[in-house]
Amino acid sequence: MYLGEASGLPLGAATRDAFGNALKDLGATNDRLVTVDGDVGNSTRTEPFALAYPDRAFNVGIAESNMVSVAGGLAACGKIPVVASFACFLMDNAFDQIRMSVAFPNLNVKLVGSHAGISIGEDGPSQMGIEDVALACSLPGVTVVVPSDAACTIEATKACLELEGPTYLRVGRGKVATVYPDGCPFELGKAITVRDGSDATIIANGLMVPGALDAAKMLEADGISCRVIDLHTIKPIDRDAIAAAAKETGAIVVAEEHLHHGGLGSAVAQVVAETAPVPMGFVNVGDQYAESGDPQGLLDKYGLTAAAVVDAVRQAHGRK
Amino acid sequence: MPELSLDDLKKKATQIRELIIRITTEAGSGHPSSSLSATEVVTALYFGGFMKYDPKNPSSPDRDRFILSKGHACPVLYSAMAEAGYFTTDDIMTLRKLGSPWEGHPNMRRLPGIEASTGSLGQGLSIGIGHALAGKMDGRNYQTYVMLGDGEMGEGQVWEAIAAAEKYALNNLTAIIDRNGYQQTGATKEVLDLTEFQPKIEAFGWHVQTINGNDMGEVVAALKTARGVNDKPTCIVSKTQKGYPVVPLLEAEGDPNYHGKPFSPELAKKALELIG
Ligand SMILES: Cc1ncc(C[n+]2csc(CCOP(=O)(O)OP(=O)(O)O)c2C)c(N)n1
Ligand SMILES: [Mg+2]
Repeated sequence: MYLGEASGLPLGAATRDAFGNALKDLGATNDRLVTVDGDVGNSTRTEPFALAYPDRAFNVGIAESNMVSVAGGLAACGKIPVVASFACFLMDNAFDQIRMSVAFPNLNVKLVGSHAGISIGEDGPSQMGIEDVALACSLPGVTVVVPSDAACTIEATKACLELEGPTYLRVGRGKVATVYPDGCPFELGKAITVRDGSDATIIANGLMVPGALDAAKMLEADGISCRVIDLHTIKPIDRDAIAAAAKETGAIVVAEEHLHHGGLGSAVAQVVAETAPVPMGFVNVGDQYAESGDPQGLLDKYGLTAAAVVDAVRQAHGRK
Repeated sequence: MPELSLDDLKKKATQIRELIIRITTEAGSGHPSSSLSATEVVTALYFGGFMKYDPKNPSSPDRDRFILSKGHACPVLYSAMAEAGYFTTDDIMTLRKLGSPWEGHPNMRRLPGIEASTGSLGQGLSIGIGHALAGKMDGRNYQTYVMLGDGEMGEGQVWEAIAAAEKYALNNLTAIIDRNGYQQTGATKEVLDLTEFQPKIEAFGWHVQTINGNDMGEVVAALKTARGVNDKPTCIVSKTQKGYPVVPLLEAEGDPNYHGKPFSPELAKKALELIG
Protein backbone atom coordinates (compact mmCIF):
# COMPACT_ATOMS: atom_id res chain seq x y z
CA MET A 1 0.00 0.00 0.00
CA TYR A 2 1.70 3.22 -1.16
CA LEU A 3 1.42 6.47 0.79
CA GLY A 4 -1.75 8.22 -0.37
CA GLU A 5 -3.46 5.06 -1.56
CA ALA A 6 -5.80 5.03 1.46
CA SER A 7 -6.91 8.52 0.46
CA GLY A 8 -7.65 7.37 -3.06
CA LEU A 9 -4.78 9.35 -4.60
CA PRO A 10 -3.61 7.76 -7.87
CA LEU A 11 0.06 6.92 -8.31
CA GLY A 12 1.82 9.58 -10.41
CA ALA A 13 5.25 10.11 -11.88
CA ALA A 14 8.44 10.18 -9.83
CA THR A 15 9.40 13.71 -8.88
CA ARG A 16 12.80 13.27 -10.58
CA ASP A 17 10.99 12.61 -13.86
CA ALA A 18 8.74 15.62 -13.39
CA PHE A 19 11.83 17.74 -12.74
CA GLY A 20 13.70 16.38 -15.77
CA ASN A 21 10.82 16.91 -18.16
CA ALA A 22 10.12 20.41 -16.85
CA LEU A 23 13.79 21.30 -17.19
CA LYS A 24 13.87 20.15 -20.78
CA ASP A 25 10.73 22.18 -21.59
CA LEU A 26 12.13 25.30 -19.94
CA GLY A 27 15.36 24.89 -21.87
CA ALA A 28 13.49 25.67 -25.08
CA THR A 29 12.73 29.24 -24.04
CA ASN A 30 15.67 30.07 -21.81
CA ASP A 31 19.06 29.78 -23.42
CA ARG A 32 20.86 30.80 -20.24
CA LEU A 33 19.94 27.41 -18.77
CA VAL A 34 22.83 24.93 -18.64
CA THR A 35 23.32 21.64 -16.80
CA VAL A 36 26.40 20.39 -15.00
CA ASP A 37 26.36 16.63 -14.37
CA GLY A 38 28.59 14.26 -12.42
CA ASP A 39 28.03 11.08 -14.45
CA VAL A 40 24.50 10.50 -13.18
CA GLY A 41 22.32 12.44 -15.64
CA ASN A 42 20.43 9.28 -16.56
CA SER A 43 19.52 8.91 -12.87
CA THR A 44 18.80 12.54 -11.99
CA ARG A 45 16.91 12.99 -15.28
CA THR A 46 18.88 15.93 -16.59
CA GLU A 47 19.51 13.58 -19.54
CA PRO A 48 16.50 14.73 -21.63
CA PHE A 49 17.80 18.31 -21.41
CA ALA A 50 21.33 17.18 -22.29
CA LEU A 51 20.10 15.26 -25.32
CA ALA A 52 17.97 18.19 -26.52
CA TYR A 53 20.64 20.85 -25.87
CA PRO A 54 24.02 19.13 -25.99
CA ASP A 55 25.87 22.44 -26.26
CA ARG A 56 24.46 23.53 -22.92
CA ALA A 57 25.12 20.31 -21.03
CA PHE A 58 28.41 19.55 -19.30
CA ASN A 59 29.23 16.15 -17.78
CA VAL A 60 32.44 16.52 -15.78
CA GLY A 61 32.59 12.90 -14.66
CA ILE A 62 32.41 11.49 -11.15
CA ALA A 63 33.74 14.66 -9.56
CA GLU A 64 31.11 16.42 -7.47
CA SER A 65 33.38 19.08 -5.97
CA ASN A 66 34.53 20.17 -9.38
CA MET A 67 30.97 19.99 -10.71
CA VAL A 68 29.68 22.44 -8.11
CA SER A 69 32.47 24.98 -8.46
CA VAL A 70 32.21 24.85 -12.26
CA ALA A 71 28.55 25.74 -11.81
CA GLY A 72 29.57 28.65 -9.60
CA GLY A 73 31.80 29.96 -12.37
CA LEU A 74 29.08 29.59 -14.97
CA ALA A 75 26.64 31.46 -12.75
CA ALA A 76 29.15 34.28 -12.23
CA CYS A 77 29.11 34.68 -16.03
CA GLY A 78 25.34 35.00 -16.23
CA LYS A 79 24.40 31.41 -16.99
CA ILE A 80 21.78 29.60 -14.93
CA PRO A 81 23.48 26.31 -14.10
CA VAL A 82 21.39 23.40 -12.91
CA VAL A 83 23.70 21.05 -11.10
CA ALA A 84 22.13 17.73 -10.25
CA SER A 85 23.40 14.59 -8.57
CA PHE A 86 22.15 12.15 -5.97
CA ALA A 87 21.21 14.31 -2.97
CA CYS A 88 23.91 12.66 -0.86
CA PHE A 89 26.74 13.06 -3.36
CA LEU A 90 25.79 16.65 -4.15
CA MET A 91 25.18 18.01 -0.66
CA ASP A 92 27.47 15.78 1.38
CA ASN A 93 30.41 15.30 -0.98
CA ALA A 94 30.60 18.87 -2.27
CA PHE A 95 29.43 20.77 0.78
CA ASP A 96 32.38 23.14 1.08
CA GLN A 97 32.23 23.85 -2.63
CA ILE A 98 28.54 24.65 -2.24
CA ARG A 99 29.44 26.93 0.65
CA MET A 100 32.27 28.80 -1.07
CA SER A 101 31.35 28.62 -4.77
CA VAL A 102 27.59 29.07 -4.43
CA ALA A 103 26.15 30.18 -1.08
CA PHE A 104 28.71 32.66 0.22
CA PRO A 105 29.03 34.53 -3.12
CA ASN A 106 25.25 34.18 -3.46
CA LEU A 107 25.43 32.88 -7.01
CA ASN A 108 22.49 31.86 -9.14
CA VAL A 109 23.15 28.10 -9.04
CA LYS A 110 20.27 25.64 -9.04
CA LEU A 111 21.22 22.63 -6.93
CA VAL A 112 19.08 19.55 -7.46
CA GLY A 113 19.40 16.46 -5.27
CA SER A 114 17.73 13.32 -6.58
CA HIS A 115 17.36 9.92 -4.90
CA ALA A 116 16.40 11.65 -1.67
CA GLY A 117 15.25 9.62 1.29
CA ILE A 118 15.24 5.94 2.18
CA SER A 119 12.63 5.07 -0.44
CA ILE A 120 15.37 4.65 -3.07
CA GLY A 121 15.40 1.09 -1.75
CA GLU A 122 17.84 -1.66 -2.69
CA ASP A 123 20.94 0.44 -3.36
CA GLY A 124 21.06 1.09 0.36
CA PRO A 125 22.26 3.73 2.80
CA SER A 126 25.36 4.87 0.90
CA GLN A 127 23.09 6.25 -1.83
CA MET A 128 20.34 7.70 0.40
CA GLY A 129 20.16 11.46 0.85
CA ILE A 130 18.82 11.89 4.37
CA GLU A 131 21.10 14.66 5.66
CA ASP A 132 20.61 16.90 2.64
CA VAL A 133 17.86 19.18 3.92
CA ALA A 134 19.76 19.88 7.13
CA LEU A 135 22.88 20.73 5.14
CA ALA A 136 21.02 22.88 2.61
CA CYS A 137 19.06 24.76 5.29
CA SER A 138 22.25 25.56 7.16
CA LEU A 139 23.48 27.71 4.26
CA PRO A 140 22.54 31.42 4.41
CA GLY A 141 20.60 32.63 1.41
CA VAL A 142 19.81 29.24 -0.11
CA THR A 143 16.14 28.56 -0.88
CA VAL A 144 15.23 24.94 -0.04
CA VAL A 145 12.29 23.19 -1.69
CA VAL A 146 10.94 19.65 -1.23
CA PRO A 147 7.99 19.11 -3.57
CA SER A 148 5.42 16.43 -2.83
CA ASP A 149 4.25 15.21 -6.23
CA ALA A 150 4.84 15.58 -9.95
CA ALA A 151 2.66 18.68 -10.44
CA CYS A 152 4.24 20.37 -7.44
CA THR A 153 7.71 19.52 -8.80
CA ILE A 154 7.01 21.08 -12.18
CA GLU A 155 5.97 24.33 -10.51
CA ALA A 156 8.85 24.17 -8.06
CA THR A 157 11.33 23.70 -10.91
CA LYS A 158 9.95 26.75 -12.72
CA ALA A 159 9.96 28.84 -9.56
CA CYS A 160 13.53 27.90 -8.65
CA LEU A 161 14.76 28.76 -12.14
CA GLU A 162 12.94 32.09 -12.13
CA LEU A 163 14.31 33.10 -8.74
CA GLU A 164 17.58 35.02 -8.85
CA GLY A 165 19.75 33.26 -6.26
CA PRO A 166 20.88 29.85 -5.08
CA THR A 167 18.26 27.14 -4.62
CA TYR A 168 18.17 23.51 -3.54
CA LEU A 169 15.43 21.31 -4.99
CA ARG A 170 15.00 17.79 -3.61
CA VAL A 171 13.43 15.05 -5.72
CA GLY A 172 12.87 11.32 -5.30
CA ARG A 173 13.51 8.16 -7.26
CA GLY A 174 10.21 6.26 -7.14
CA LYS A 175 6.68 7.01 -8.22
CA VAL A 176 4.59 8.94 -5.71
CA ALA A 177 0.91 9.62 -5.22
CA THR A 178 -0.72 12.55 -7.00
CA VAL A 179 -1.62 15.21 -4.45
CA TYR A 180 -2.59 17.85 -7.04
CA PRO A 181 -4.58 16.24 -9.86
CA ASP A 182 -5.62 19.67 -11.19
CA GLY A 183 -2.23 21.35 -11.01
CA CYS A 184 -0.42 22.74 -7.99
CA PRO A 185 -1.08 26.28 -6.69
CA PHE A 186 2.61 26.69 -5.99
CA GLU A 187 4.29 29.81 -4.71
CA LEU A 188 7.82 29.73 -3.27
CA GLY A 189 7.73 30.22 0.49
CA LYS A 190 3.94 29.80 0.72
CA ALA A 191 2.53 26.74 2.43
CA ILE A 192 -0.39 24.93 0.82
CA THR A 193 -3.24 23.77 3.04
CA VAL A 194 -4.30 20.54 1.36
CA ARG A 195 -6.94 19.70 3.94
CA ASP A 196 -8.49 21.84 6.62
CA GLY A 197 -9.10 20.79 10.19
CA SER A 198 -9.43 22.16 13.71
CA ASP A 199 -7.96 19.75 16.30
CA ALA A 200 -4.37 19.27 15.11
CA THR A 201 -2.14 20.06 12.13
CA ILE A 202 0.14 17.73 10.20
CA ILE A 203 2.89 19.61 8.39
CA ALA A 204 4.66 17.49 5.80
CA ASN A 205 6.71 17.60 2.64
CA GLY A 206 7.71 15.15 -0.09
CA LEU A 207 6.05 11.77 -0.04
CA MET A 208 4.86 12.31 3.54
CA VAL A 209 2.20 14.73 2.26
CA PRO A 210 0.10 11.86 0.90
CA GLY A 211 1.00 9.96 4.07
CA ALA A 212 -0.38 12.85 6.11
CA LEU A 213 -3.60 12.84 4.11
CA ASP A 214 -4.02 9.12 4.84
CA ALA A 215 -3.43 9.80 8.53
CA ALA A 216 -5.94 12.67 8.57
CA LYS A 217 -8.54 10.39 7.08
CA MET A 218 -7.89 7.71 9.69
CA LEU A 219 -8.04 10.29 12.50
CA GLU A 220 -11.32 11.68 11.23
CA ALA A 221 -12.89 8.33 12.08
CA ASP A 222 -11.67 8.86 15.69
CA GLY A 223 -13.19 12.31 15.80
CA ILE A 224 -9.90 14.20 15.47
CA SER A 225 -10.10 16.80 12.74
CA CYS A 226 -6.68 17.39 11.14
CA ARG A 227 -5.36 20.20 9.02
CA VAL A 228 -2.74 19.03 6.53
CA ILE A 229 -0.15 21.49 5.25
CA ASP A 230 2.24 20.85 2.37
CA LEU A 231 5.25 22.88 3.46
CA HIS A 232 7.23 22.46 0.25
CA THR A 233 9.50 25.44 0.91
CA ILE A 234 11.54 24.94 4.06
CA LYS A 235 13.59 28.06 3.53
CA PRO A 236 12.34 30.75 3.56
CA ILE A 237 9.66 29.20 5.76
CA ASP A 238 6.01 30.29 5.88
CA ARG A 239 5.92 31.55 9.46
CA ASP A 240 2.36 32.83 9.20
CA ALA A 241 0.92 29.49 8.13
CA ILE A 242 2.76 27.69 10.94
CA ALA A 243 1.78 30.21 13.62
CA ALA A 244 -1.85 30.14 12.47
CA ALA A 245 -1.91 26.35 12.55
CA ALA A 246 -0.46 26.33 16.06
CA LYS A 247 -2.94 28.89 17.33
CA GLU A 248 -5.98 27.49 15.57
CA THR A 249 -5.45 23.75 16.02
CA GLY A 250 -3.26 23.60 19.15
CA ALA A 251 -1.04 20.66 18.18
CA ILE A 252 1.44 20.08 15.37
CA VAL A 253 3.06 16.96 13.93
CA VAL A 254 5.81 17.23 11.32
CA ALA A 255 6.38 14.34 8.89
CA GLU A 256 9.31 14.07 6.48
CA GLU A 257 11.63 11.55 4.81
CA HIS A 258 14.80 12.88 6.46
CA LEU A 259 16.86 12.46 9.60
CA HIS A 260 15.42 13.81 12.84
CA HIS A 261 17.92 16.63 13.19
CA GLY A 262 17.93 19.69 11.00
CA GLY A 263 15.10 18.94 8.61
CA LEU A 264 11.56 20.26 8.27
CA GLY A 265 10.81 19.24 11.86
CA SER A 266 13.56 21.42 13.29
CA ALA A 267 12.58 24.34 11.08
CA VAL A 268 8.91 24.18 12.06
CA ALA A 269 9.71 23.71 15.76
CA GLN A 270 11.77 26.90 15.75
CA VAL A 271 8.85 28.87 14.38
CA VAL A 272 6.35 27.26 16.77
CA ALA A 273 8.63 28.01 19.73
CA GLU A 274 8.94 31.63 18.66
CA THR A 275 5.29 32.27 17.80
CA ALA A 276 2.80 29.98 19.56
CA PRO A 277 4.25 27.06 21.57
CA VAL A 278 1.99 24.01 21.36
CA PRO A 279 2.59 20.24 21.77
CA MET A 280 4.49 18.81 18.79
CA GLY A 281 5.40 15.42 17.39
CA PHE A 282 7.87 14.30 14.74
CA VAL A 283 7.75 11.51 12.20
CA ASN A 284 11.01 10.97 10.33
CA VAL A 285 13.86 8.50 9.81
CA GLY A 286 15.18 9.19 13.31
CA ASP A 287 18.82 9.42 14.26
CA GLN A 288 20.08 6.43 12.31
CA TYR A 289 21.07 5.11 8.89
CA ALA A 290 18.72 2.74 7.13
CA GLU A 291 19.60 -0.34 5.08
CA SER A 292 18.98 -2.01 1.71
CA GLY A 293 15.51 -3.30 0.98
CA ASP A 294 12.44 -2.73 -1.12
CA PRO A 295 11.16 0.86 -0.88
CA GLN A 296 7.81 0.02 0.68
CA GLY A 297 9.37 -2.35 3.19
CA LEU A 298 11.86 0.32 4.21
CA LEU A 299 9.20 2.99 4.70
CA ASP A 300 7.27 0.55 6.90
CA LYS A 301 10.31 -0.57 8.89
CA TYR A 302 11.58 2.94 9.51
CA GLY A 303 8.18 4.28 10.50
CA LEU A 304 7.35 6.52 7.56
CA THR A 305 3.74 5.39 7.54
CA ALA A 306 0.30 6.89 7.98
CA ALA A 307 -0.05 4.82 11.14
CA ALA A 308 3.06 6.46 12.63
CA VAL A 309 1.63 9.88 11.83
CA VAL A 310 -1.67 8.90 13.45
CA ASP A 311 0.17 7.86 16.64
CA ALA A 312 2.13 11.09 16.72
CA VAL A 313 -1.01 13.18 16.27
CA ARG A 314 -2.84 11.30 19.03
CA GLN A 315 0.06 11.90 21.40
CA ALA A 316 0.47 15.59 20.59
CA HIS A 317 -3.30 16.10 20.70
CA GLY A 318 -3.45 14.33 24.06
CA ARG A 319 -0.92 16.75 25.50
CA LYS A 320 -2.96 19.83 24.60
CA MET B 1 45.03 -18.05 2.49
CA PRO B 2 44.61 -20.67 -0.22
CA GLU B 3 47.08 -20.64 -3.12
CA LEU B 4 45.42 -22.26 -6.10
CA SER B 5 47.11 -23.21 -9.35
CA LEU B 6 46.47 -21.05 -12.39
CA ASP B 7 43.94 -23.57 -13.71
CA ASP B 8 42.11 -23.76 -10.41
CA LEU B 9 42.10 -19.99 -10.14
CA LYS B 10 40.39 -19.79 -13.51
CA LYS B 11 37.81 -22.33 -12.34
CA LYS B 12 37.26 -20.38 -9.16
CA ALA B 13 36.72 -17.20 -11.18
CA THR B 14 34.05 -18.99 -13.18
CA GLN B 15 32.28 -20.12 -10.00
CA ILE B 16 32.40 -16.57 -8.68
CA ARG B 17 30.98 -15.23 -11.94
CA GLU B 18 28.11 -17.71 -11.72
CA LEU B 19 27.33 -16.46 -8.24
CA ILE B 20 27.49 -12.81 -9.33
CA ILE B 21 24.91 -13.45 -12.03
CA ARG B 22 22.68 -15.60 -9.83
CA ILE B 23 22.53 -13.23 -6.87
CA THR B 24 21.96 -10.05 -8.88
CA THR B 25 19.29 -11.64 -11.05
CA GLU B 26 17.60 -12.97 -7.91
CA ALA B 27 17.80 -9.49 -6.33
CA GLY B 28 16.40 -7.88 -9.46
CA SER B 29 18.84 -5.00 -9.14
CA GLY B 30 22.55 -4.37 -8.77
CA HIS B 31 25.71 -4.08 -10.84
CA PRO B 32 26.69 -7.40 -12.46
CA SER B 33 28.74 -5.89 -15.31
CA SER B 34 30.91 -3.87 -12.89
CA SER B 35 31.45 -7.05 -10.87
CA LEU B 36 32.29 -9.31 -13.79
CA SER B 37 35.12 -7.09 -15.06
CA ALA B 38 36.84 -7.29 -11.67
CA THR B 39 36.51 -11.02 -11.11
CA GLU B 40 40.05 -12.17 -12.00
CA VAL B 41 41.65 -9.64 -9.67
CA VAL B 42 39.36 -10.38 -6.72
CA THR B 43 39.71 -14.13 -7.28
CA ALA B 44 43.49 -13.92 -7.42
CA LEU B 45 43.65 -11.82 -4.25
CA TYR B 46 41.55 -14.24 -2.20
CA PHE B 47 42.65 -17.55 -3.76
CA GLY B 48 46.03 -16.93 -5.37
CA GLY B 49 47.96 -16.83 -2.11
CA PHE B 50 48.23 -13.05 -2.06
CA MET B 51 46.04 -12.11 0.91
CA LYS B 52 46.47 -13.66 4.33
CA TYR B 53 43.11 -13.91 6.03
CA ASP B 54 41.10 -16.22 8.24
CA PRO B 55 37.32 -16.21 7.85
CA LYS B 56 37.11 -17.57 11.42
CA ASN B 57 39.09 -14.62 12.71
CA PRO B 58 38.16 -11.79 10.35
CA SER B 59 39.42 -9.00 12.61
CA SER B 60 42.90 -10.37 13.21
CA PRO B 61 45.18 -7.31 13.36
CA ASP B 62 47.71 -8.90 11.00
CA ARG B 63 45.27 -9.74 8.22
CA ASP B 64 45.79 -8.30 4.77
CA ARG B 65 43.08 -5.86 3.77
CA PHE B 66 40.98 -5.59 0.63
CA ILE B 67 38.92 -2.42 0.22
CA LEU B 68 36.42 -2.31 -2.61
CA SER B 69 36.31 1.41 -3.27
CA LYS B 70 33.96 0.87 -6.21
CA GLY B 71 31.45 -0.51 -3.72
CA HIS B 72 28.68 -1.03 -6.26
CA ALA B 73 30.67 -4.07 -7.49
CA CYS B 74 30.11 -5.83 -4.14
CA PRO B 75 28.52 -8.90 -5.78
CA VAL B 76 32.04 -9.98 -6.78
CA LEU B 77 33.28 -9.40 -3.23
CA TYR B 78 30.36 -11.19 -1.55
CA SER B 79 30.73 -14.10 -3.98
CA ALA B 80 34.49 -14.43 -3.42
CA MET B 81 34.02 -14.18 0.35
CA ALA B 82 31.30 -16.82 0.26
CA GLU B 83 33.68 -19.11 -1.65
CA ALA B 84 36.38 -18.28 0.90
CA GLY B 85 34.14 -19.33 3.80
CA TYR B 86 33.18 -16.03 5.41
CA PHE B 87 29.55 -16.90 4.79
CA THR B 88 27.57 -19.28 2.58
CA THR B 89 26.38 -19.04 -0.99
CA ASP B 90 22.82 -19.32 0.37
CA ASP B 91 23.44 -16.28 2.53
CA ILE B 92 24.34 -14.09 -0.40
CA MET B 93 21.18 -15.06 -2.28
CA THR B 94 19.47 -12.59 0.09
CA LEU B 95 21.39 -9.76 -1.58
CA ARG B 96 19.58 -6.40 -1.33
CA LYS B 97 16.55 -7.84 0.50
CA LEU B 98 15.18 -6.04 3.55
CA GLY B 99 16.93 -7.37 6.65
CA SER B 100 19.87 -8.88 4.74
CA PRO B 101 23.35 -7.62 5.68
CA TRP B 102 24.39 -8.26 2.06
CA GLU B 103 23.36 -4.75 1.17
CA GLY B 104 23.51 -3.02 -2.20
CA HIS B 105 26.87 -1.55 -1.17
CA PRO B 106 29.31 -2.97 1.42
CA ASN B 107 28.53 -2.18 5.05
CA MET B 108 31.44 -2.97 7.39
CA ARG B 109 29.18 -2.80 10.45
CA ARG B 110 27.00 -5.65 9.26
CA LEU B 111 29.41 -8.19 7.76
CA PRO B 112 32.68 -9.76 8.90
CA GLY B 113 35.68 -9.22 6.68
CA ILE B 114 34.36 -6.07 5.01
CA GLU B 115 37.05 -3.47 5.61
CA ALA B 116 35.20 -0.29 4.62
CA SER B 117 31.66 0.92 4.03
CA THR B 118 31.79 2.17 0.47
CA GLY B 119 29.35 3.30 -2.20
CA SER B 120 30.22 6.96 -2.37
CA LEU B 121 32.99 6.76 -4.94
CA GLY B 122 36.40 8.26 -4.32
CA GLN B 123 37.05 7.43 -0.68
CA GLY B 124 38.48 3.90 -0.60
CA LEU B 125 42.11 4.74 -1.41
CA SER B 126 42.23 7.30 1.40
CA ILE B 127 40.77 4.75 3.80
CA GLY B 128 43.42 2.32 2.58
CA ILE B 129 46.12 4.89 3.40
CA GLY B 130 44.74 4.97 6.94
CA HIS B 131 45.12 1.20 7.20
CA ALA B 132 48.61 1.35 5.69
CA LEU B 133 49.78 4.15 8.02
CA ALA B 134 48.41 2.29 11.05
CA GLY B 135 50.23 -0.84 9.92
CA LYS B 136 53.51 1.07 9.86
CA MET B 137 52.86 2.70 13.24
CA ASP B 138 52.08 -0.66 14.83
CA GLY B 139 54.96 -2.46 13.13
CA ARG B 140 52.57 -4.89 11.45
CA ASN B 141 53.39 -6.52 8.21
CA TYR B 142 50.11 -6.52 6.33
CA GLN B 143 49.31 -5.34 2.83
CA THR B 144 46.32 -3.15 1.93
CA TYR B 145 44.77 -3.63 -1.50
CA VAL B 146 42.26 -1.12 -2.82
CA MET B 147 40.21 -1.57 -5.97
CA LEU B 148 38.96 1.54 -7.77
CA GLY B 149 36.85 2.08 -10.86
CA ASP B 150 38.24 3.97 -13.85
CA GLY B 151 35.29 6.37 -13.73
CA GLU B 152 35.92 6.74 -10.02
CA MET B 153 39.38 8.11 -10.89
CA GLY B 154 37.58 11.36 -11.76
CA GLU B 155 37.14 12.09 -8.06
CA GLY B 156 39.69 14.64 -6.87
CA GLN B 157 40.09 12.81 -3.58
CA VAL B 158 41.68 9.87 -5.38
CA TRP B 159 44.50 12.11 -6.60
CA GLU B 160 44.91 13.63 -3.14
CA ALA B 161 45.35 10.08 -1.87
CA ILE B 162 47.84 9.20 -4.62
CA ALA B 163 49.99 12.14 -3.54
CA ALA B 164 49.75 11.28 0.15
CA ALA B 165 50.67 7.61 -0.36
CA GLU B 166 53.87 8.67 -2.11
CA LYS B 167 54.73 11.10 0.69
CA TYR B 168 54.59 8.29 3.25
CA ALA B 169 56.29 5.78 0.92
CA LEU B 170 53.49 3.30 1.53
CA ASN B 171 55.03 0.15 0.12
CA ASN B 172 52.27 -1.71 2.01
CA LEU B 173 49.57 -0.21 -0.23
CA THR B 174 48.46 -1.49 -3.64
CA ALA B 175 45.84 0.26 -5.74
CA ILE B 176 44.16 -1.68 -8.52
CA ILE B 177 42.23 0.30 -11.10
CA ASP B 178 39.54 -1.68 -12.89
CA ARG B 179 40.08 -0.04 -16.26
CA ASN B 180 36.91 -1.32 -17.96
CA GLY B 181 36.40 1.75 -20.14
CA TYR B 182 32.89 2.60 -18.96
CA GLN B 183 31.24 4.58 -16.20
CA GLN B 184 27.55 5.25 -15.49
CA THR B 185 26.61 7.54 -18.36
CA GLY B 186 28.88 6.12 -21.04
CA ALA B 187 32.42 5.34 -22.13
CA THR B 188 35.11 6.93 -19.96
CA LYS B 189 36.65 8.26 -23.19
CA GLU B 190 33.55 10.40 -23.68
CA VAL B 191 32.64 11.28 -20.10
CA LEU B 192 36.03 12.11 -18.64
CA ASP B 193 38.95 10.82 -20.64
CA LEU B 194 41.85 10.43 -18.25
CA THR B 195 43.80 8.72 -21.08
CA GLU B 196 46.67 6.61 -19.75
CA PHE B 197 46.82 6.12 -15.99
CA GLN B 198 50.32 4.64 -15.93
CA PRO B 199 52.39 7.76 -16.73
CA LYS B 200 50.20 9.96 -14.54
CA ILE B 201 50.50 7.79 -11.46
CA GLU B 202 54.18 7.10 -12.13
CA ALA B 203 54.70 10.83 -12.12
CA PHE B 204 53.39 10.81 -8.55
CA GLY B 205 56.20 8.43 -7.63
CA TRP B 206 54.34 5.12 -7.63
CA HIS B 207 55.35 1.79 -9.16
CA VAL B 208 52.78 1.13 -11.90
CA GLN B 209 52.03 -1.85 -14.16
CA THR B 210 49.41 -2.05 -16.89
CA ILE B 211 48.01 -5.50 -17.62
CA ASN B 212 45.11 -7.39 -19.16
CA GLY B 213 43.05 -7.81 -16.01
CA ASN B 214 40.84 -10.51 -17.46
CA ASP B 215 43.88 -12.74 -18.02
CA MET B 216 44.47 -14.67 -14.81
CA GLY B 217 48.11 -15.32 -15.63
CA GLU B 218 48.81 -11.61 -16.06
CA VAL B 219 46.93 -10.76 -12.88
CA VAL B 220 48.90 -13.28 -10.82
CA ALA B 221 52.21 -12.11 -12.30
CA ALA B 222 51.41 -8.45 -11.63
CA LEU B 223 50.39 -9.11 -8.03
CA LYS B 224 53.68 -10.99 -7.54
CA THR B 225 55.67 -8.11 -8.99
CA ALA B 226 53.81 -5.63 -6.81
CA ARG B 227 54.62 -7.73 -3.74
CA GLY B 228 58.31 -7.46 -4.60
CA VAL B 229 58.36 -3.65 -4.65
CA ASN B 230 59.45 -2.43 -1.24
CA ASP B 231 60.17 1.28 -1.49
CA LYS B 232 56.95 2.81 -2.83
CA PRO B 233 53.21 2.29 -3.25
CA THR B 234 52.18 0.11 -6.17
CA CYS B 235 49.40 0.39 -8.70
CA ILE B 236 48.04 -2.09 -11.20
CA VAL B 237 46.07 -0.66 -14.09
CA SER B 238 43.88 -3.65 -14.84
CA LYS B 239 42.53 -3.30 -18.36
CA THR B 240 39.30 -5.27 -18.46
CA GLN B 241 36.00 -5.52 -20.23
CA LYS B 242 32.91 -4.48 -18.32
CA GLY B 243 30.73 -7.58 -18.26
CA TYR B 244 33.54 -9.96 -19.26
CA PRO B 245 33.13 -12.56 -20.68
CA VAL B 246 29.50 -12.06 -21.65
CA VAL B 247 30.03 -8.74 -23.44
CA PRO B 248 28.62 -10.11 -26.75
CA LEU B 249 25.33 -10.82 -24.98
CA LEU B 250 25.24 -7.30 -23.56
CA GLU B 251 26.05 -5.85 -26.96
CA ALA B 252 23.19 -7.87 -28.41
CA GLU B 253 20.96 -6.22 -25.79
CA GLY B 254 22.12 -2.89 -27.19
CA ASP B 255 24.06 -1.79 -24.10
CA PRO B 256 27.67 -2.98 -23.73
CA ASN B 257 28.06 -0.94 -20.52
CA TYR B 258 25.00 -2.44 -18.85
CA HIS B 259 25.69 -0.25 -15.84
CA GLY B 260 23.60 -0.95 -12.77
CA LYS B 261 21.31 -3.35 -14.55
CA PRO B 262 20.67 -6.92 -13.41
CA PHE B 263 20.38 -9.61 -16.07
CA SER B 264 16.84 -10.76 -16.76
CA PRO B 265 16.30 -14.47 -15.98
CA GLU B 266 16.59 -15.23 -19.73
CA LEU B 267 19.78 -13.23 -20.13
CA ALA B 268 21.18 -14.80 -16.97
CA LYS B 269 20.50 -18.25 -18.38
CA LYS B 270 22.35 -17.41 -21.59
CA ALA B 271 25.21 -15.84 -19.65
CA LEU B 272 25.56 -18.87 -17.38
CA GLU B 273 25.65 -21.17 -20.42
CA LEU B 274 28.31 -18.99 -22.04
CA ILE B 275 30.67 -18.96 -19.07
CA GLY B 276 29.94 -22.49 -17.75
C1 LIG C 1 30.46 10.02 -5.21
C2 LIG C 1 29.60 9.24 -6.14
N1 LIG C 1 29.09 9.84 -7.24
C3 LIG C 1 28.28 9.15 -8.06
C4 LIG C 1 27.96 7.85 -7.80
C5 LIG C 1 26.99 7.11 -8.71
N2 LIG C 1 27.67 6.03 -9.43
C6 LIG C 1 27.64 4.74 -9.04
S1 LIG C 1 28.56 3.72 -10.00
C7 LIG C 1 29.01 4.99 -11.02
C8 LIG C 1 29.91 4.75 -12.19
C9 LIG C 1 31.19 4.12 -11.76
O1 LIG C 1 32.05 3.94 -12.82
P1 LIG C 1 33.44 3.21 -12.61
O2 LIG C 1 34.16 3.79 -11.45
O3 LIG C 1 34.16 3.20 -13.90
O4 LIG C 1 33.01 1.75 -12.16
P2 LIG C 1 32.51 0.52 -13.09
O5 LIG C 1 31.08 0.33 -12.75
O6 LIG C 1 32.72 0.87 -14.51
O7 LIG C 1 33.33 -0.63 -12.66
C10 LIG C 1 28.42 6.21 -10.58
C11 LIG C 1 28.59 7.50 -11.22
C12 LIG C 1 28.51 7.27 -6.65
N3 LIG C 1 28.25 5.99 -6.30
N4 LIG C 1 29.34 7.97 -5.85
MG1 LIG D 1 34.52 1.68 -15.24
